[in-house]
Amino acid sequence: MPQEMIHPGTTELTYRDAVREAIRDAMRRDDRVFLMGEDVGRYGGCYAVSKGLLAEFGPERIRDTPLSESGFTGAGIGAAMAGMRPIVELMTVNFSLLALDQIFNSAVTVRHMSGNQFGVPLVIRMATGAGRQLAAQHSHSLEGWYAHIPGIKVLAPATVEDARGMLWMALQDPDPALIFENVMLYNMTGKLAADAGPVNIDKAAVRRPGRDISLITYGGSLWKTLEAATVLAGENIDAEVIDLRSLRPLDDATIMTSVARTRRAIIVDEGWRSGSLSAEIGMRMVEQVFWELDAPIGRVCSAEVPIPYARHLENAAIPQVPNIVAAAKAVFGRA
Amino acid sequence: MTPPTDKPRLSREHMLGLLKQMIRIRRFEAKCAELYTQEKIRGFMHLYDGEEAVAVGVIPVLEKRDRIVATYREHGHALVRGVPMTTVLAEMYGKQDGCSRGRGGSMHLFDRATNFYGGNAIVGGGLPTAVGLALADRMRGDDSITACFFGEGAVAEGEFHESLNLAALWGLPVLFVCENNLYAMGTALAISESETNIQRKAACYQIASEAVDGMDVIAVEAAARRAVQAVRETRKPYFLECRTYRLRAHSMFDAQLYRDKAEVEVWRHKEPIVRYQGWLEANHLIHPEDLARMESEVAAEIAEAVAFGEAGTWEPVEQLTRFTYAEAAAQADR
Repeated sequence: MPQEMIHPGTTELTYRDAVREAIRDAMRRDDRVFLMGEDVGRYGGCYAVSKGLLAEFGPERIRDTPLSESGFTGAGIGAAMAGMRPIVELMTVNFSLLALDQIFNSAVTVRHMSGNQFGVPLVIRMATGAGRQLAAQHSHSLEGWYAHIPGIKVLAPATVEDARGMLWMALQDPDPALIFENVMLYNMTGKLAADAGPVNIDKAAVRRPGRDISLITYGGSLWKTLEAATVLAGENIDAEVIDLRSLRPLDDATIMTSVARTRRAIIVDEGWRSGSLSAEIGMRMVEQVFWELDAPIGRVCSAEVPIPYARHLENAAIPQVPNIVAAAKAVFGRA
Repeated sequence: MTPPTDKPRLSREHMLGLLKQMIRIRRFEAKCAELYTQEKIRGFMHLYDGEEAVAVGVIPVLEKRDRIVATYREHGHALVRGVPMTTVLAEMYGKQDGCSRGRGGSMHLFDRATNFYGGNAIVGGGLPTAVGLALADRMRGDDSITACFFGEGAVAEGEFHESLNLAALWGLPVLFVCENNLYAMGTALAISESETNIQRKAACYQIASEAVDGMDVIAVEAAARRAVQAVRETRKPYFLECRTYRLRAHSMFDAQLYRDKAEVEVWRHKEPIVRYQGWLEANHLIHPEDLARMESEVAAEIAEAVAFGEAGTWEPVEQLTRFTYAEAAAQADR
């Protein structure tokens, strides 16, 4: 029986439920918090994250918006500058490009341009990633782009604990925070302590300790990487798996401590390889732990193609367990 | 000139004050242009010459608690709102004594003390911010209103339409003030809009509107009073189109190839300061000594601002990366 497997004091829930609980908790704790976005209210959220919240909090605080990504993201910026704590939901990362001007030219720059007089304590959540055959306008992983920008925080919760706990800390942050929720995680179930609450948003986590190689990843790729680590264990390669959690700032200390010990590293990133977050992490390793490395740094990224519709092509376009296993073995000169 | 008959409480002192504010902006910016040629001020700088009646007519009608969002042509708005001329000029010098600590420059004057939410240099980019400021006020039940200035060039941006729709849909207290100076940089209104009557755009969003001669400070002020009263009473947006003209170049790099000198001359005869001053004189509301006093007070204020800018200090380069994220002290008082 599943119930018997749950530790007393824990509940099993989906990642989607965890995000919803995080929103509900924030709304209850702080009346400055409100959620706005396309179909967050009556529809219940494109990915059903906000289902039921309208009935609990009403249409002022669970605010359905027209299809005006730039307009309502900018409204979130203005409301944040005036002291509210908005959560803006953008359906997918591809749609966030319609709000990119507001995110970049306003949310990010206001504190600096105003000489620290105004800040934008805004949280923007969006779905990211491929795997649902949604093709080339709904499936990309552009969080690495956002991580390029100084002035924002970029978060990638991969576990139900983080889905539940990151939002509140992001809302406490005086600067804009973007939360990327991988679409393949929404249905994933996990155990959550009954008293689960806020978690730190600036540290990477070692999800599986190991001695032989560091596998560095985040978001939807975490679970594939953990599976790859299990496969590698069967081949006598003891992999350490690091979940970045925060893509900006990057927790260099955790990464470098791990790599300095294992002396080998693979970065698994659903973004494209060229000019990517994986490139940034690799270069930081070169700068900081080059002399500790026993082998070239490897990467498993998405193929340099817009995400295709056909299932077999989509699967081939993004990191998968066999690619990760192969890349790790290649570091050891094994096929 | 519009006779100020619908405003019996307009005192002579008030009417002289309007003239002084316009002269203050004009003389200040003339000094800025001079300082620009001396390379004391760099970057892009956009002068308000010819459009002063808009800021002077609208902004004093607002209350201290109200909020203002402006554009990159915002020196006049900042001065009229009460941002000290000293810190405005120091900002343009790039000194840390500037109103944005020298991080913003001419296009990004900000001032928390006067609820001045900045010069925004993305055309149309300030409109969603204004919607959000007003949304916060609405959700909290505050009675502040937000005045959002933008040029007619912004009307071609999607954010204009998104913002008008959101403000009307959600019932937000925003006063949209379109400063229609007929040119988006060098692109004439007639070659950028299928419907050149800007005011009519507001009707599509069920927003009450009015168009006014933006070269007539009395008319602008009267319209602004009606507009502000409407926003405050209805808690709904209002659209005020001020038809005006930019007499100088778009920025300091503009050779003005896109318009005839003759056209500029025609508008020069309608320019707000000479026109208003002439009207005051014809009605014996101003004496030569009033004007002399005004000019000397403005000159003294400008001299003080220049001295302040010159004496200002450069921020140490060691502080380069500050103000990218909040610092501990700033977090504490959030």
